[in-house]
Amino acid sequence: MAIFVDENTKVIVQGLTGGQGKYHGLRNKAYGTQVVAGVTPGKGGTDVEGIPVYNSVAEAVAATGATASFVTVPPKAASAAILEAAAAGISFIVCITEGIPAQDEARTYNTLVRDFPNVRLLGPNCPGIISPGKCNIGITAGEIAELPSASGPNVGIVSRSGTLTYQALYELKQRGIGVSTCVGIGGDPVPGTSFIDCLREFQNDPETHAIIMIGEIGGSAEEEAAEFIKANVTKPMSAYIAGVTAPAGKKMGHAGAIVSGGKGTAQGKMDALRDAGVKVGQNPTEAGSLMAEIVAGLR
Amino acid sequence: MDLFEYQGKQYFARYDIPVSKGDVAVTVDQAVAAADAAGYPVVVKAQVQVGGRGKAGGIKLANNADEVRTHAGNILGMDIKGHVVKRVWVENASDIAEEYYASFTLDRGAKKHLLMLSKEGGVEIEEVAASNPAAILMLHIDPVDGLSAAGALKAAIDAKIPEKAQQGVADILVKLYRCFVEGDCDLAEINPLILKPTGEVHALDAKVSLDANADFRHPEWEEFKATEELDAREKLAREKGLQYIGLDGTVGIIANGAGLAMSTLDVVNQVGGSAANFLDIGGGANADLMASALEVINSDKAVKSIFINIFGGITRGEEVAKGIVEALGRVDLRAPIVIRLDGTNAEEGRTILANAGIPESKLTSKPTMLEAAEAAVALAK
Repeated sequence: MAIFVDENTKVIVQGLTGGQGKYHGLRNKAYGTQVVAGVTPGKGGTDVEGIPVYNSVAEAVAATGATASFVTVPPKAASAAILEAAAAGISFIVCITEGIPAQDEARTYNTLVRDFPNVRLLGPNCPGIISPGKCNIGITAGEIAELPSASGPNVGIVSRSGTLTYQALYELKQRGIGVSTCVGIGGDPVPGTSFIDCLREFQNDPETHAIIMIGEIGGSAEEEAAEFIKANVTKPMSAYIAGVTAPAGKKMGHAGAIVSGGKGTAQGKMDALRDAGVKVGQNPTEAGSLMAEIVAGLR
Repeated sequence: MDLFEYQGKQYFARYDIPVSKGDVAVTVDQAVAAADAAGYPVVVKAQVQVGGRGKAGGIKLANNADEVRTHAGNILGMDIKGHVVKRVWVENASDIAEEYYASFTLDRGAKKHLLMLSKEGGVEIEEVAASNPAAILMLHIDPVDGLSAAGALKAAIDAKIPEKAQQGVADILVKLYRCFVEGDCDLAEINPLILKPTGEVHALDAKVSLDANADFRHPEWEEFKATEELDAREKLAREKGLQYIGLDGTVGIIANGAGLAMSTLDVVNQVGGSAANFLDIGGGANADLMASALEVINSDKAVKSIFINIFGGITRGEEVAKGIVEALGRVDLRAPIVIRLDGTNAEEGRTILANAGIPESKLTSKPTMLEAAEAAVALAK
C-alpha cells in the first residue's frame, strides 16, 4: 500500500512536449511510473520517445484510461490545464508550476471543490509525490527514496518545501528506513492538498507506521495540522519547521512563506506540534534522527 | 510588492474608488504646486512604508502655500523609524464625520477571500481586534461567486455601519473587491474609510500589496517597481534573477531551494552565528547562477564567510562542483567558502572540488549541514 498513487496509477503529462515536461516526464517513466500519454494542444498524433501525445486531456483519457495527471505548464496556462484535467475525469492532479497568481489559485481551488469534489489537486508549486518503487510523479529524484520494506516499519513524509523533502528522503535512506509515500504539498498560499489530507491518508495506510512532517513559516497550516494530529493521528511523528530566523514581512522564496502581523512564526508552529505529541527537531537532520529513534522503537 | 500610499490611491482611482484630489511631490516647490492644484486646506503626508508616521510628525495640515512650504520642507528628508522620506503626498483636506475600516485579503486557512469591515476605523485594526473584536465583521467570500452589490450592502448592515453611510460603503466595497481581485492584490485596505459631513464615503488612506506572481498581466506595475526601496545588494540580486533577501549578519548564504535556504539560516543561528542574507539559487545550480550568487554575496562588505549549502536532488553534485570551480575563476572573493554538498552524486562533486587546486584558506568542504555551519560561523568570528 501507499497513499494517493501506486504501481497501478496511469499518468498523463500535460506539457510533455515542453523542456521541463519532457525531462521530468521521461525520468518518471524511467523510474517505472506508468506514464501513458502526453497532452499538448496542437501536437496530437506526435510522440515523445514513444509516449503518444494528444491534443486534449479528454482524448488522452479516452485512449489510455489514465487517472492521474502531471501538470507542467507555464503559470498563465496552469489553471486552465488543471480544470481541463478535472473535467476530463482525471482524479489526481499534480501541478509543479511555480509562480501562479494567488487569485488564480484561489479561484481554481474553489472551482474544483464545487464542480469536481472527488478530484484531488497536489500543488501548485510542489515537487510532486513518490511512492518508492511504485510511482513517481513530479521532480523528485527517485534514487534518493528508500524502498519500503515488506515487514516495516515504513515512514510517510509530507512536506511544504521541495529541497527539504529531498533532505528528509535522504536522511531516511542513509539510515535504511523505508518510505511508504513522500508527498510535497508545495509552498504556495492555496495548496490543493493540505498537511491534514496527507496525515489522514497516512493514518489509514497500513504500510505507513510513522510520519515525518516538514513545515515552514507563514499561514497556519502547521497549527491546523497539530490540532488534527492531537485528535486523529496515533502513529508516531517527528517534524521540522524551517524559518526560525526569518525576518517578519519578507517572503522567503516561497510565495506562502511569510511571517505577517506576528502570525505564522516557526516557534508558534513548533510549539503547536510539540503540544500534539510530535517530536520536533531543530534542523532536518535532527528530525531524521528523531525518526530513527521512533523507528528503532517500532522494530 | 507593497505600494506607497500615493500609489495605492492612484491604483484605487483606476477602479473608481473615490480618493482625495492630490499629487505626489519630491521637492518643496512641487508640493506647493500640488497644493495649489488640489485646493486649500491641504494635508502634506510623508510617503513611507511604515506605521506611525503621524505621531512622528510626518502628516501636517496646511492652510496656505507658506505653510505647505514649511511642512514639506520639514517632512522631506525626515527619518521615520529608519525610513527616509523621499516623497510627500499633498491632498485636499477632507472634513471627517466618521471613520470606518475595510479590507480584503486571502484567508489561507479557509482558502477564501476575507472581507474585514468595521465601523471603528482610523486606528490600527489589530488594536480593534484586541480590544473589541465584536466590532469587526469578518466575512468569507467564495472566489468563484465574488461579492455582489446585495452582498456588500448586507455586509455594511451586519457591520453596523450607520444607515446614512451603508449604501456608500457598499458601493466602495464592490469597487475595492474588484481592485483586490482584478488588480491582483494580496491586500487592499482602506483605513480610514471616511464619511464626510456631506454624506459621501471616501478612501482617506490606501494600503495595497501586490502579488508579484501576477506581474505578467499588469504592465501598469512598472512604475511601482521603479520606486521599490531595495538595498544595493537586493538590486544586484534582482538584476541577476536571484531570490535574495538582505539581512544583517556576517555569514553569506547560498542554498538550493527556499526551504533549505531558510533551514540554512536557522542552523547558522543555532550554532551562534548570523546570516548576512537569504539566497535561493533554485534547482539548476549551474556555473552562471553560482557566479552571480557569489558576486552578490561578495558585494556585501559585512560578509566574513560564505556557506554554500547544496542538496542534490535533480541538481547533481558534480555539476554544482564544476559551477563553483568555474565561478571562483570569475569572481575574486573576499571571504572564504565552506561548502556542504550532499545528495545525488555528492561524492563525485567533492572529488572535483578537492582536485581543483583551490587552497583550503578559500574553500573547505564539510560532510553535514551542522558541521559546515559551525565552520562558517567560526570563520566569521
